[in-house]
Amino acid sequence: MVEVITFLVAGAIVLGGALGVILLPKPVHAALSLIASFFGVAVVFIIQEAHFLALVQVVVYAGAIVVLFLFVIMLLGVDTADSLRVEPLVGQRSMAILFGVLLLALTFGGLFLSGPGGEDGAVALTGQESVIRPIDDRPQVEQLGEDLFSRNILAFQATALLLTIATVGAVVLVRNEGGEDLVVDEPGLAAE
Amino acid sequence: MELTESWYLVLSALLFSIGAVGLLIRRNPLVMFMCIELMLNAVNITFVTFSISLNDLAGQSAVFFVLVVAAAEVVIGLSIVVAVLRRTPEATADDISALRG
Repeated sequence: MVEVITFLVAGAIVLGGALGVILLPKPVHAALSLIASFFGVAVVFIIQEAHFLALVQVVVYAGAIVVLFLFVIMLLGVDTADSLRVEPLVGQRSMAILFGVLLLALTFGGLFLSGPGGEDGAVALTGQESVIRPIDDRPQVEQLGEDLFSRNILAFQATALLLTIATVGAVVLVRNEGGEDLVVDEPGLAAE
Repeated sequence: MELTESWYLVLSALLFSIGAVGLLIRRNPLVMFMCIELMLNAVNITFVTFSISLNDLAGQSAVFFVLVVAAAEVVIGLSIVVAVLRRTPEATADDISALRG
């Protein structure tokens, strides 16, 4: 029963934060809603006893990624509010909402109507329990680490390469060659 | 009342749909990125749910890689946004057609 209540509260935070992201006009408020949503997802992970992933969720998503967003918002100016009233492409918004409802109907259909899984759904969608790498009683970090460094070692090294490329790419992209394009809206900085 | 996998999957489906709708209705590139993060989180919930319900560690490893790729994607995406908005301030997604063929 405690689990159910926790799940309902966390789910409300997740969905409320998500709605905040898409409905609040200012990017700063959207980013703060995003943090709430990420924390809710971390709580959902804790209910499912994926403690390490919950920790990583908070540190990487709610920490690093949202801070990156906030830095960029700060860099570009806070006042650029998206006016949700104007609709430049007539009918686009209602089409988008229709698309979302259809997507939801599709996933719910796959979840509840598929195959002989009965009330559970999960079995019908993905098959049987694991025989290759079942979760055992050891600490979860140990199991995940072993999995990363044995079966997924190639993918792990590929992500290392990916992160290096991303870092170099970010530096190359934002480097300001010549410096004449820089638009500064603070009078003190523009004088330099 | 008992917490089954379906609850988590319903939450995940709702979150994914909200993210998809947000991606379509918002025009600020930063907020569009945030919506992509929401969709990635929805998929992460699904991965962890199936990992627990099928007793398989592969789902949780997949979440780990999703996290890494999301971080790299955000870094590159945001630097593209910064590079574009530096040239044309206050641009929305409708104005950015520099890569049009």
